[in-house]
Amino acid sequence: MNLSKRYGSFTALSNLNLKIEGSKCVGFLGPNGAGKTTTLKIFTDMIRASEGKALINGIDVHESKKKALESCGALIESPEIYPSLTPREALSMVADLRGLSREDKKERIKEAVAEVKMEEWLDKKVGKFSKGMKQRINVAAALLSEPEIVMLDEPTTGLDPRGQSEVRDIVRSLKHKNRLIFMSSHLLNEVQEICDEIAMIDHGKLIVYDTLANVTRRFSGDGGTNDVQIEFLKDIDDQTVSRSIATLPGVVTTEKVNSRNVRIKFSGTSEDQARLLSDLAAMKIGMISFRPSSSALEDSYLNLIKDTL
Amino acid sequence: MTEDHLLPSSVSQVGTVTKYELLNYFRSRRFFVLLIIGLFISALLTGLVAYYGISTFASSALGFYSFWWGSLIPLIIAITGIFFGGDAISGEFQNKTGYFLVANPLRRSSIYIGKWVGSLIASLIIFAVYAAIAVGNGIYYFGTNIPYQFGESLIFSLLYLIAVLGFTFFFSSLFKSSSMSILVTTILFLFAFGIIQLVVSNFAQIEPWFIITYGAGIIGNVLTDPYPTTQNVRGAFGGERNAVVYAVTIPEGIAILLVYFVVTAALGLLLFERREFT
Repeated sequence: MNLSKRYGSFTALSNLNLKIEGSKCVGFLGPNGAGKTTTLKIFTDMIRASEGKALINGIDVHESKKKALESCGALIESPEIYPSLTPREALSMVADLRGLSREDKKERIKEAVAEVKMEEWLDKKVGKFSKGMKQRINVAAALLSEPEIVMLDEPTTGLDPRGQSEVRDIVRSLKHKNRLIFMSSHLLNEVQEICDEIAMIDHGKLIVYDTLANVTRRFSGDGGTNDVQIEFLKDIDDQTVSRSIATLPGVVTTEKVNSRNVRIKFSGTSEDQARLLSDLAAMKIGMISFRPSSSALEDSYLNLIKDTL
Repeated sequence: MTEDHLLPSSVSQVGTVTKYELLNYFRSRRFFVLLIIGLFISALLTGLVAYYGISTFASSALGFYSFWWGSLIPLIIAITGIFFGGDAISGEFQNKTGYFLVANPLRRSSIYIGKWVGSLIASLIIFAVYAAIAVGNGIYYFGTNIPYQFGESLIFSLLYLIAVLGFTFFFSSLFKSSSMSILVTTILFLFAFGIIQLVVSNFAQIEPWFIITYGAGIIGNVLTDPYPTTQNVRGAFGGERNAVVYAVTIPEGIAILLVYFVVTAALGLLLFERREFT
């Protein structure tokens, strides 16, 4: 509520009002230095708000941190773990601090480490781990107590593509367990893939908070359409483009970029995009690639962020 | 499994932080370096006494403990305090290990106290090893009749250790750089306090009651019979100047050490509570 954070004359966060309820994944988007991490740090009492209050389940985090964070798991930036500890020990520490029973602790450590695919490294010292491996353990630590609310600050930072995909899978699985996930990121495809709602912030100010569909519809500039670039093995004739491709369900416009490349704007969900791909493949017109060139969220993001510059 | 578990009490969380702090210390090089320093000093003294004969160093049990314990334990305590406390808090910021702990549902005071207790226990192990070797040698040369003043000196040494750790934790909270906090506390304990004490007492002729190392003088003083008193020295420094050699009394020493601990521990905790993980 009315969260502000100032460092001298620099305002990192300005009157942020954001109320998130229910079980869903909210993507917290914004450019570098927009105030995403600052917000999450205030919500974990790592820093204090200059004005306003951060409330979790109605409890002021700064006044009653222990109570407020009881049902929260958080991963802020990329924490370091004591290098002499093993993941089992580091996670045991978190489990002990959170009051897990001996049986639950053993079981949850096993599950959490399996989720982040680090079983083989459970008893190796963290000091020897790569940045990505440490980040996996940090993700496991945030999820260890199966918290109702999960706050993740750019959780895929430092992870290789496989690791990023695995973390996205973990977040998706949390959605199915009825958790509230608040995740900052500047990876738009990541957010588009897993988040239900978007909160966009720039220069410390909240620009928009709405469902992903509403944000893209309102701000993408072309009614929430997606761009797809298709490449063909051989030259494609104009008639095929205008009569066959343009009439496929969801296709809004078609544009022949050159003799073998066509750009399509289509409106619809990821499932609609899958159907479009399947329809194009069924046409057997020599399609060799089907690549989204930009997303509606990206257009929305660029439009909104541009407007505040 | 659900999340219906209850959070442990803050005391229990202090215990958890202490446990893993100690585990970290026991696997660190610095613990073993300090243990080796303690053993090396003990071995050197044992060798010297065996080689030159006990009569060269002490004629009584009290004199022996004064030489072995009173003259060196303040230095050992200062070194362990610097090594274990000097970067205990600043390291959490510099190495970002604090980010792993602080985002959990526990009070910052639990982290501070847990780490402090961990440092105290680690220091006590070094302390105990040095004390055991001192007592072993004492028994060997002077029998089992250990003077009661050694017991008093042990208690004052413990008090000094507690005060030193309070002080080093305060400086550790003040800085975000590990090397800076270790450097400052090292300079203060190994050089600055001694120089200030010397200048203030000899030139300004003011009792240096505000210096922690002056308060720690009771550790050695209690092993001297009779207990030393403040003395006026005429014609000091080879001239006409008068000087005063101050001797801290036991109540003064206890008060100085207690005040140092209470004030620096409270300030250090306050700083850590207010410090931001930016």
